[in-house]
This record gives sequence, C-alpha cells and structure tokens, in this order.
Amino acid sequence: MIYLQLFLSYLKIGFFGFGGGYAMLSLIQNEIVEQRGWITATQFADIVAVSQITPGPIAINSATYIGYTVAGLGGSVVATFAVCLPSLTLMLLLTRFFLRHRENRYIQTVVKAVTPIVVGMIASAALLLMFPRTGENENFTDAWSWVLFAVCLYGSYRKVNPILMIILSAVAGVVIYALVPSIL
Amino acid sequence: MLLELFTTFFKIGLFTFGGGFAMIPLIEREVIERKRWIERKDFVDMLVLAQSVPGPVAVNTAVFVGYKRAGVAGAVAATLGTVLPSFLAILLLALFFAEVRDNRYVDAAFRAMRPAVVALIVAPLVGLTKGMRWYLIALAGVVAMAVWYFGFSPIYLIAGGVAVGVFMAVYNGRKGARR
Repeated sequence: MIYLQLFLSYLKIGFFGFGGGYAMLSLIQNEIVEQRGWITATQFADIVAVSQITPGPIAINSATYIGYTVAGLGGSVVATFAVCLPSLTLMLLLTRFFLRHRENRYIQTVVKAVTPIVVGMIASAALLLMFPRTGENENFTDAWSWVLFAVCLYGSYRKVNPILMIILSAVAGVVIYALVPSIL
Repeated sequence: MLLELFTTFFKIGLFTFGGGFAMIPLIEREVIERKRWIERKDFVDMLVLAQSVPGPVAVNTAVFVGYKRAGVAGAVAATLGTVLPSFLAILLLALFFAEVRDNRYVDAAFRAMRPAVVALIVAPLVGLTKGMRWYLIALAGVVAMAVWYFGFSPIYLIAGGVAVGVFMAVYNGRKGARR
C-alpha cells in the first residue's frame, strides 16, 4: 500500500514537474511534506542540500531518498521509477512527433504560458523554507542563518559554484555551531 | 549501441551536480563533439523540448538522444544511465546518513547548509523575471502567494497554465490559417 502511495505521489510530481528541478521542489513540498506528511520541512531542506552535493537531478535524488526513508530499498526504486515515467513516455511521444514535424510553435506558446507559474512556484518553494506556515522555523534559526543566506545569494550572482558554496556553508556551520561553542 | 548510450549517459549523470542545467555543457561535449550523435542545430530544439515536457531536464534530454540514435530501447538505456548514478549515490548516503544524523558536527553543518540552499533557490528568480512583462511578474507573485500562504496545490496552477497555453496556440493557429 505504501508502495502504491509512493508510486502515485511521484508519478504526480513527475507529470506536473514543468521547468526542471527548482520548480519541482514546490510540488514535492506540497505532496510529500504538506499532504502526505512523510517528512518534515527541515528534513526536506536537508534533502535539497544533499541533492546539491551529490550527482544527479534534484527530483531523482529526492525520490530515491524519500522513497528509502518511507519504505526502504523497495520504496526508493518505486519512487525513482515513478518520477521518471511521465518524462520518459511524454518525451518519447513528443520526440517522435517533433522529429517528423519539426514545428515547435505550439510547444513554445505553451512554454510561454507556463513560465510565470513556474517562476511563482520556485518563489513559493523558497518562501516555504524561509517562512513556514506552521511549526517552528528550523531552517532559519538565528542571525547567522540570514548572514549565510545573504552571502550565498551574493555568491550566486557572482557565479560561484553552488557545490562549493554548500560545502563552505557546511564548514562554516561546524565552526559556528560546534567548534566555537565548545571552545567558549 | 545501447551499451554505449548507457555508459555515456552514466558518465553525464555521474558528473552532474545540482540539477539539470548543470549538465548542458557536459552533454554538449559528450554527445555533440565526441560522439556526434546529434547535430548542434538539434541541440537547441532538444533543450526547448526538454524544458517544455514535465520532469527532470536531464531525463528528457537522455530520452531525446537515446530515441534518436536507437529508438525506444535507446531512450530507455540512456534514461537508466542518467538515473543510476544519482540513485546509487543517494542510496549509499541514506544508508550512512541515519548513522551520523545525530552527530554534533553533522547537525551543525546541516544547520548552516539549510539557509544556503534557500539562497540557491532564490538566486535564479532574478534571471528568470528579467525580460518578463510586469503583469506576468505580478502573476508569478500571485502564484507564489497562493502556494506559500494559502497552501494551494501547484498542480492546478500548472494545469491551468498548460490549458491557457494550448488555447492560445490553437487560437493563434486558427488566426494564422485564416490569413
């Protein structure tokens, strides 16, 4: 039963996941954190962090991880398979059609219509992590959180490698939250 | 051929960190320059397609290249190759993570990584809104509020956007035909 639930949830995420990784975060958040309650908002932020420093798309990383957390090895296989299935079938159909017709005016119109919604979804994923609607805010715990946020935001504009920024943040965290308090 | 598709996309999957767009230069080098599986003019079309189909961009590009070279079996082989490295890496980590989660240092590291992650999500927004009309930015704002503040499911919003897009495409198509 849990396998079926995982399968359906990730099928849904795969099917409506337009606009790539960050836009899919909002879908995953809504489905897995808010509706199913399989993981907390904090665990979700952890998975996103881990996704950034492991190879592969966030959607697949999160499917594997959440599937494993919820139902073990079988769960991770089911969720990963489900999240790829809509892509695989839709892209196959479209590629076949496209290679024959070579006309993508229709497709581009649809993309244009969906773009503002995708932008809004990315913003909502960030807002939910910054200001959760319910419960305590475990992602922004103190002033240091906002400092790290500001530094990384600036780093992104200067095109600093995101993997490097995540790793440096982890090092900063160990210094700020573990080493310094133990010395003082 | 199938094995070659699998190994090439396995390599691409293995070295793609942080999501779909990071893999584009890798695909360019492997698939266009080294293997010459697709031409450069197909590459742009492929990216448009990959972004307009739901699902991870990485999987979508794998399907396109795989299908073009070796049909449905090729698409499946390339997809497996893309997904497997990420699947294995996370599985290993999940096995290991449960053990160290309560470690003080790991906890401290994650406490700092969480706001950093949020910054990485916010960063591309500026680039995306550049060149958008003000009312479309306003629409994006309404969508963000609906999902964040009112707990709206993004699924309905996406479905609505697709419906509007299809309607516009058909309407414009008719108008073009009449002319």
